[in-house]
Amino acid sequence: MSAAGLPRGASSGWSRHVLLGSVLLVTAIVIGAPVLAVFVQALSQGLGYALASLAHPDTRAAILLSVTVALVVVPINTLFGIAAAWSIAKFRFPGRKLLLAIVELPFSVSPIVAGISYLFVYGGQGLFGPFLEAHDLKIMFALPGIILATTFVTAPFVARELLPLMQLQGNSDEEVAATLGANGWQTFFRVTLPNIRWGLLYGVVLCNARVLGEFGAVSIVSGNIRGETNTLPLHVELLYHDYNAAGAFAAAAVLTVVALVTLLVKTLLERVSGQAGARRGH
Amino acid sequence: MRRLPFVTAAVLFALAAGPAHAEAPGSILNASYDVARELFVAVNEAYGAKYNKETGKTLEIKQSHAGSSKQARSILEGLEADVVTFNQATDIQVLADKGFVAADWTAKFPDNASPFYSLPVFLVRAGNPKGIKDWNDLVRDDVKLVFPNPKTSGNARYTYLAATAYAKEAFGGDEAKANDFVKKFLSNVAVFDTGGRAATTTFVERELGDVLITFETETLGIRKEFGADKFDIVVPSVSLLADFPVAVVDKVADKRGSKEIATDYLNFLYSPEGQTILAEFGNRVRDKAVAEKFAASFQPVRLVTVEEEFGGWPAVNKKYFGSDGLLDQQLAGQ
Repeated sequence: MSAAGLPRGASSGWSRHVLLGSVLLVTAIVIGAPVLAVFVQALSQGLGYALASLAHPDTRAAILLSVTVALVVVPINTLFGIAAAWSIAKFRFPGRKLLLAIVELPFSVSPIVAGISYLFVYGGQGLFGPFLEAHDLKIMFALPGIILATTFVTAPFVARELLPLMQLQGNSDEEVAATLGANGWQTFFRVTLPNIRWGLLYGVVLCNARVLGEFGAVSIVSGNIRGETNTLPLHVELLYHDYNAAGAFAAAAVLTVVALVTLLVKTLLERVSGQAGARRGH
Repeated sequence: MRRLPFVTAAVLFALAAGPAHAEAPGSILNASYDVARELFVAVNEAYGAKYNKETGKTLEIKQSHAGSSKQARSILEGLEADVVTFNQATDIQVLADKGFVAADWTAKFPDNASPFYSLPVFLVRAGNPKGIKDWNDLVRDDVKLVFPNPKTSGNARYTYLAATAYAKEAFGGDEAKANDFVKKFLSNVAVFDTGGRAATTTFVERELGDVLITFETETLGIRKEFGADKFDIVVPSVSLLADFPVAVVDKVADKRGSKEIATDYLNFLYSPEGQTILAEFGNRVRDKAVAEKFAASFQPVRLVTVEEEFGGWPAVNKKYFGSDGLLDQQLAGQ
């Protein structure tokens, strides 16, 4: 949008500077300062202390658990996201709108509600509690529960990225492939997947960031067992309340670095996909 | 395709369920209250060494810490804790009512199954600038208090009841005057946090209020952590005995075959070695010899109990903490 398109008053130098200045100020106070504080606090007792607290067995276990959860949840939600976006974008069927709403539900449900509702279903006093107990299947307060809760919270990320992309591209490429005799899988891998690859990667990166950062739902189903069911964000809180601020911020710095890398990858992907889109358009 | 995630998840459960089941009692889980983290790190280390010496085997003692009501809830929902070490008898009673813990759990270990105890005391800023000596100083207009909300915190329930017990005695049983005293006491609170550790942070790091009221063990911990020259501990003339009860979670221990180890672990808390560790962390202990040794750390105080003074927790919960109980009425009048 060019300044010429705006009313005269809005584009005058004075108001533009005030607007820009206040946005920068708010960004610095609300986003910049806390991120900076994480690193300053993490290094407050020296780099050696920060590294030593990351090497502590409980912190190592928390990092390992978070990575394990990401390794399981991200592929699940990637497959789910592709399947959901594919069916919603490319087909017309009864209940399509409903499916769309359900896929997006985790965005609008508070994670803590998600955690508690899993307890109501899989907890000892819950719906399947007696069945699970009789068969000695442990879901809540163990890895499966953490994976379930995280999967729920991060389910929409990939689907949400792919949907508009798939809808925009329509069915014409796939129809051409079909007329040329390609079967379903060939069409998917040779036509659809290359078309959505950047959007897909973008969704996967966002999903991964959220999986590693999820706190609310996991805190309900984790049971807070040190070195066993404490994910990295839970461990940050635990260390903070242990009067170990430097240790807490060192662990928080790991999460922040992941976030910054995510941001970088995201920006690169946007650039690449923008160019790919531009090429396609020509 | 849409079924795939669920199939994958089901396979994962099966995989994860395997090791959880095969886990011999080479480990036990102690679900404990929030501020006992440092304490049980020390206890577990000592017990682990003792166990190793006696049996030649290693035992991993896992810790889980949160508000003790949240812990009780988690255990009901399936958190497999072999033992609980709480700061509220009511939270173990919840487990007993549902059959997770023996109905006569208070008789399973000595001293009402409470190997150690503490009491609400006052922490003031260095030099006691406001000259705080007893509960009646806390209702002065120039004094601001910090303690957690009795609605959510067991720690604060002891504080509230201790103030009430003082008022009952001070006014010779005049209920109306005692009620006014507690009302004024509550109106002097600067910040109501949800838990004990959060109240500590408010008082120590945000520097709000003149007096922090919390367990003696927490005040000793604060002085150790932030410097003994920064705060003074004031022990009032009378306070309330806060039992820290323990129990074996039979339902879990029977299933995992860990009952013997779990019982031995809790008995260790009563041994001279265990009692010494508890005392080192600022808890008052039962063992006479150990108590004698640490007498210098603990100022003499007259303690009343919830049973004698208020007729037990069920009566207290009904009269004071239930919805529309006395606490609600006193808070509403402000």
